[in-house]
Amino acid sequence: MRYAAAYPGTPSTEILPALAQYAGVCAEWASNEKVALDAAAGASFAGARALAAMKHVGVNVASDSLMTLSYTGVGAGLVLVSADDPGAFSSQNEQDNRHYARFGKFPCLEPSDSQEAKDFTRLAFDLGEQFDTPVMLRSTTRLSHSKSAVTVEKPAEPRVLDPLPRFERHPHKYVMIPAFARLRHPEVEARVRAIAEYAESCALNRVEWGNRRVGVITSGVAYQYAREVFAGFSFLKLGMTYPLPKQLICDFAAEVDALFVVEELDPFVEEYVRGLGFEVAGKEFFPSTGELSLALVRAGALKAGLPIRERGQVTGVESEDKSEGGSGATKLDLPSRPPALCPGCPHRSVYFNLRKLKMLVAGDIGCYAIGVLPPFEKMDMLISMGASIGMAHGAKQAGCPDNIVATIGDSTFFHAGLPELASTIYNQGVVCTMILDNGTTAMTGGQDNPATGVTLQGQTTHAIDIEATVRAMGVGDVWVVNGLDVKGVETAIREATAIEDRPTVIIVNGACVFTRQFRRRPVVAVDPDTCNGCGFCFRVGCPSILKSDQIGEKTKRPKAQIDPLLCTGCTVCLQICPRKAIYRTEGEA
Amino acid sequence: MHQSINFLFVGVGGQGILTASDIAAEVGLEAGYDAKKSEVHGFSQRGGVVESHVRWGDDVASPLAEKGTVDYLVATEILEVARWIEWLRSSGAAFVNRQHIAPMSVTVGTAVYPSDEDILTVVHARSDDVTIVEGLAIAERLGNPRLANTVLLGTLSTRLDVSPETWLTVIERRVPPRYVEQNREAFWEGRRAAGND
Repeated sequence: MRYAAAYPGTPSTEILPALAQYAGVCAEWASNEKVALDAAAGASFAGARALAAMKHVGVNVASDSLMTLSYTGVGAGLVLVSADDPGAFSSQNEQDNRHYARFGKFPCLEPSDSQEAKDFTRLAFDLGEQFDTPVMLRSTTRLSHSKSAVTVEKPAEPRVLDPLPRFERHPHKYVMIPAFARLRHPEVEARVRAIAEYAESCALNRVEWGNRRVGVITSGVAYQYAREVFAGFSFLKLGMTYPLPKQLICDFAAEVDALFVVEELDPFVEEYVRGLGFEVAGKEFFPSTGELSLALVRAGALKAGLPIRERGQVTGVESEDKSEGGSGATKLDLPSRPPALCPGCPHRSVYFNLRKLKMLVAGDIGCYAIGVLPPFEKMDMLISMGASIGMAHGAKQAGCPDNIVATIGDSTFFHAGLPELASTIYNQGVVCTMILDNGTTAMTGGQDNPATGVTLQGQTTHAIDIEATVRAMGVGDVWVVNGLDVKGVETAIREATAIEDRPTVIIVNGACVFTRQFRRRPVVAVDPDTCNGCGFCFRVGCPSILKSDQIGEKTKRPKAQIDPLLCTGCTVCLQICPRKAIYRTEGEA
Repeated sequence: MHQSINFLFVGVGGQGILTASDIAAEVGLEAGYDAKKSEVHGFSQRGGVVESHVRWGDDVASPLAEKGTVDYLVATEILEVARWIEWLRSSGAAFVNRQHIAPMSVTVGTAVYPSDEDILTVVHARSDDVTIVEGLAIAERLGNPRLANTVLLGTLSTRLDVSPETWLTVIERRVPPRYVEQNREAFWEGRRAAGND
């Protein structure tokens, strides 16, 4: 592989930093997933193996190119890694991206452990070159976020790659004007048939015969749950779930008494098998929502009346669950632990003020989505990357009487916010856009982006100036404020939203606590004699502010105390304390 | 078949759960087992609950253990041991770091943090094999509160048929060089806390 690109997104983020360690691979953070795939496509057309990695919803962004890359085919191998997120652990939906493979008519490979993730990636390149097609490598959260032993080949000698030959021009293949696209379509159809034929005998799909009373067709990490629960029965393990091997499935189905499909999310394989005329069960027993687990597969199997052994007989675990006896002790009411903005987070003052000023907030994808949770509860809409500005604009243009603010992070602004802002400027919109520039792509763990001035490899590069960008686009009213200045943020919001006839932008600066720019300052502390327990500081939602054992005389409520281990000295609480009971400790680094 | 030793590491985002579970998985491989680990992170990592599963066995299939099958439950925060206690099998062992991290729901007043006594009642209802480790106190004494997870690994290691040297080899591989000595000390303190060595 010579080129790899990605936009960070859980659970796909770790792929690019891993590839960046290999000499000979040019690995880059792209500003969004479509850009990543486009760059990978260009590399492929030029004759270099290329990979683009993204989370499932990132494929939506890249899909415009993806659908037509199926028509162009590839130069050298082109692999799209789609990291789906059943369970929506860190996503806005649970879409099943195998549908893209059928929709776009290109192969979809589903590894079931770390070894296969590595092996299938290599196979995907070979397969794509053999059949002139992009290939999707699809994982789900449980595979993406698990580790298992991998056998690696002896590392090759660091080799000097041959220079690429001059570009081979194939306009009929790579220039998809209507006349050429129409010519490519029959080739796509023929290709799918050829790959389906290949699927019948390729090593990706295999039958593991056991007891033939039950046959289980499965793929991806679901295979691991199935082989643990259905130990001893027969499996058709599909490593390629599009196109599906018709004859292999028919032969397997004919040999077993009862046929089940165990797969995560949609009944993708199940519906195909049913379409072949077989009686098959799947989603009525193994849910299509959330991620699968041993417990869910076992529960489904028992519900289906399958002759599997109950939990305990297979793995030696106890068959009685003490907690199911309803022992009183287990009914302890446990407080939930939702995510919170970190101590020192520059977003805190933004949502504190937006709540105070009773704004309607169109939000975006990032840590600041935490603004919807207590104590802020200050986000009213959120759907996808960059959508904050467009949603706020549309609501306003349609006549929504509320004061609306769009909040978007620096990385998200460069991902999809730019065209949204361009549209609101062009259409004489009146939206106030707050760009929360914390100097990193924070939610995914702190990746660099076009505004940070640092590449994936940690090298210095041009940092795009957000203020200069929005001014150049035509926004004349721009405020640049420090996120740790609570009053400054409030003033900017008041002034910007008072302007009702043109778009405004507030850039809120402040380093994410996980970045190299972040500096801890002397921690703050509460003077218990001055604090009266009013509880106002609890409204900034800082994990370092805790209730103390002391009760305020008048308020009869607990006074505040600050955990010096967690506090970063941002002073947001100090600035808003009505009784000035919070003070800065000096002398600490 | 599919006999396995199951570990569940739980705590709060930022406590080093993922590092501790990575180490446990690698120790399994070093000791000749097949091993898999899997964790939940992302949005939940910002001060939320973090869980990480590790399984050792001859041939580990699922990377996740199943509720009621965990042999060793390691909690870096005391409230979290109560949240996950039903995952422990009744013959399993729990190792609990005595550290309290108040969730936002407690701070804003919509929920109450239960007492240690109530938490331990719940835990003991499940298993008698519960070790409270003063991990935070030990770590602070060693000069770095973030060492609490290594203290817990030390305590956990006394129950497994793997040499302390194997654990230390992996720990040294996983932590930055300047923290190696601190982590070695923390590991041995954890073993002493278990009443061994």
